[in-house]
Amino acid sequence: MNRPIRVLAVFCGLLFLALLLNANYVQFIDAEDLNSTSGNRRVVDEEFSRERGPVLVGEASVARSVASKDDYDYQRVYRQTQLYAHLTGYYSYVYGRTAIEDTANPILSGGDSRLFVDRVADLVGSQQPSGGSVQLTIDPQAQQAALEGLQALPGGPRGAVVALDPATGGVLAMVSTPSYDPNRLASHDFDAAADAYDQLNKDDDQPLLDRTRENTWAPGSTFKLVTAAAALESGRYTPDTMVPGGPTLDLPQTDRVLSNDVESCGSGDITLTMALAFSCNVSFGDIGLDLGNAALKEQAEAFGFNDGSYFDDLRLVASNYPADAPGALTAFSAIGQYDVAATPLQMAMVAGAIANDGDVMKPYVIDEVLSPDVELLERTEPEQLSEAVSSEVAEQLTTMMVSVVEDGTADEAAIPGVAVAGKTGTAERSEDLPPYAWFVSFAPADDPQVAVAVFVENPDVPREEISGGGLAGPIAKSVMQGVIGS
Amino acid sequence: MSTGSVQTIPRKRRGTELFLLLAALVVGIGAYVAAELGYNGAVPDNLVQVAGGFAALALAAHVAVRLLAPYADPVLLPLVVMLNGLGLAMINRIDLDLAADNRPEGPFAGQQLIWTLIGVIGFVAVLLVIRDHRRLQAYTYTMGLGAIVLLLLPLVPFLGKNINGAQIWIGIGPLSFQPGEVAKILLVVFFAGYLVVKRDALALAGRRILGIDLPRGRDLGPILVAWLVSLAVLVFQRDLGSSLLFFGLFVVLLYVATERVGWIVVGALLFAAGAYFGYLTFAHVQARVTGWLDPFSDPDAYFQIQQSLYGLAFGGLLGTGLGQGDPTLTPFSYSDFIVPSFGEELGLTGLMAIVVVYALIVERALRVALLCRDAFGKLLAAGLAVAFALQVFVVVGGVTRLIPLTGLTTPFLSYGGSSLVANWAIIALLLRVSHVTRRPSPSAAPLAADDATQVVKLR
Repeated sequence: MNRPIRVLAVFCGLLFLALLLNANYVQFIDAEDLNSTSGNRRVVDEEFSRERGPVLVGEASVARSVASKDDYDYQRVYRQTQLYAHLTGYYSYVYGRTAIEDTANPILSGGDSRLFVDRVADLVGSQQPSGGSVQLTIDPQAQQAALEGLQALPGGPRGAVVALDPATGGVLAMVSTPSYDPNRLASHDFDAAADAYDQLNKDDDQPLLDRTRENTWAPGSTFKLVTAAAALESGRYTPDTMVPGGPTLDLPQTDRVLSNDVESCGSGDITLTMALAFSCNVSFGDIGLDLGNAALKEQAEAFGFNDGSYFDDLRLVASNYPADAPGALTAFSAIGQYDVAATPLQMAMVAGAIANDGDVMKPYVIDEVLSPDVELLERTEPEQLSEAVSSEVAEQLTTMMVSVVEDGTADEAAIPGVAVAGKTGTAERSEDLPPYAWFVSFAPADDPQVAVAVFVENPDVPREEISGGGLAGPIAKSVMQGVIGS
Repeated sequence: MSTGSVQTIPRKRRGTELFLLLAALVVGIGAYVAAELGYNGAVPDNLVQVAGGFAALALAAHVAVRLLAPYADPVLLPLVVMLNGLGLAMINRIDLDLAADNRPEGPFAGQQLIWTLIGVIGFVAVLLVIRDHRRLQAYTYTMGLGAIVLLLLPLVPFLGKNINGAQIWIGIGPLSFQPGEVAKILLVVFFAGYLVVKRDALALAGRRILGIDLPRGRDLGPILVAWLVSLAVLVFQRDLGSSLLFFGLFVVLLYVATERVGWIVVGALLFAAGAYFGYLTFAHVQARVTGWLDPFSDPDAYFQIQQSLYGLAFGGLLGTGLGQGDPTLTPFSYSDFIVPSFGEELGLTGLMAIVVVYALIVERALRVALLCRDAFGKLLAAGLAVAFALQVFVVVGGVTRLIPLTGLTTPFLSYGGSSLVANWAIIALLLRVSHVTRRPSPSAAPLAADDATQVVKLR
């Protein structure tokens, strides 16, 4: 019977070998996959109680971890939440991560491969990994000016401001109102966090929505910059080309009529510069019909429309330019109505591209990535996304936009001693809803340092007083002053 | 049954055992302290009582071996003391977690320590009562009957208790007991005694197909009976693990007794048929298979195995450290899923060490079988070794998703009185066989004391 017993010994040995190999598979080879499976509470708990690195704006940390004495070792604390909540986002146990907390999570939580050496040291010292930090491109003064401007409007309306450095694409200001308090969502008291979340979700003003990038609205007359760019790029128009003015434009194949809101558009033909300065719907409707939907779409896409993928640092909704417009509706598209819809970030990019010799820069908000020892791991290099217009056309558009501020609808944005290029917008919705007020601009016109888009969703002023220049212009002005002055 | 070239030097080696035992106590008690330190940051208040009590039990077992089986294998006792100590440390640590989370379960550690006491008493009693394993052969059919009665007990109304879907418990007052654990030992004795007698008939007749000696049709009776009993366990008690264990045990012993691979082939075919039947017939078997193939297909239904895998992965190579993981997220982290608890806190390294300890126990037990000079002792030791190995494989393989999950206890580690007592008895039996095998040859001993002659008389 000894032979079968020896066979049995080998067989049992193989059984145990199988157990050992399988343990190696589960705990080593497959471990990474298992640890990144959603709903894995151990990993969630462990990450949640980790010391995360701070999010820095200027010298200040707007999100940081402080030691906590409850079930989790660290509590995430957010500061200046009115200013920065939409940028930092929140890290909630129940609702997960948003914004920078989410996109920069590998660095903040310490899991990033660039922190590998630290991780090995942590493993040997059996320390929990501690996270690196991210430095944002935000200019605190511009950010403050943007928030104060929006809050100063009557009724404290919903709105958004985006300011870009035209030469780099770096975001200088990014404010959405109303804001919320991420500290309440990050609370270790999960019931309180759930209450706060429910309350925010029920709020009609949607405070959790970042209006700079998570929704699109009709850009109205600010889109005329895109139409003007397409016209100049076509070679068939110059700033001095005469285009139809007058009170109305009859649209072929429809019973709709496009009319000018202002009397300054004259009764006959006017120059393209004048049409832009006074935001003449008739003129741009006519140009749109002349150029055709395809040319407008191509120009809009050159500025970044129909693409939401280029913003690495935060989630972005793609702005829309319709693939085709039935009949004469292209005339409405040309003035930023119909199905045209844009994020404030997109409109800031339009202004930024004109300011930057026609080159669209890829926007970014994370300037530097730092190790836990505050060593520089990565600095974002500015990257060109596309060439929207030639530098000649950009120059022409700049001149035209300066005359909008100096002679036209946007005198509220003028800064003494600085040439400001701007464009107003008032996007009609329906009869019973107030129009959106827009303003895009950049300054100084000869050496642009900042490009701004301001959007007011529901201005609380009488309908006839709503204008992009009047409501949004002063906000853009103070943001530009914040950057230029600093 | 000649031992052939295997020559043992009759040395007692009790000093070796004591030394290893002290090392095992250091591991077990060290784990107990480390887990409390990891969890609370403080040395447990009752350290002296618990550690002293456990060490006293281990030393008592050692003294019993010195007195009652001085020539027994010196490695087995330290190995099981180590496992038992680790189990206590983990159960105690899980108690702390369960209490902190206000969970209804537990505490278990105190009871487990009492069961360890009972297990050691049983261990000494087995060594004391059974002075020569060959006497057991006289009770072959009594053991078989006893095993059947024990297996049927949970089905008796008012006595049987259905816990977690398996009808394998009996309740006497507040106590619950799994008679199947003891039945396992009785079955090994029965199989060994039965096969010693019948093996010639089962070994010699038959025909050869494809190079394998297949048994005659009329000799298939016993294996078919074992198969049907196993299926009955599956059907009436919904106990997949025990069913598999009993049948596997019988087939393996049949092979050892007859030296014919044909029996393995027949057994494998019957197993495949039974497994297929079980899969088709029982929803709970199907659920186990699905939970094995695709545990993430349903977050609720396969919660246990998912949590087990998460825990193992979270432990990674080195583990979180005792007391610093979250094993209680896995249901039954103190019993069926205690191995993942170790995998989480001691990591792959610790889990592999534990598996190797089990492997050592099995290989030492097979060594006992190899060295044993009588056929009954060989089958008995091999049977106990295989039962132990299969049980460890089924439960560890189940919780680590190597094979479908089946409910079996983890010997010496998991919480549960019946399992602990039964496994201590298994070790006592192995030590008894080992002692009888390794002691100086009967020619050197006074003839009157040689019990082997009595066995010959009975048969």
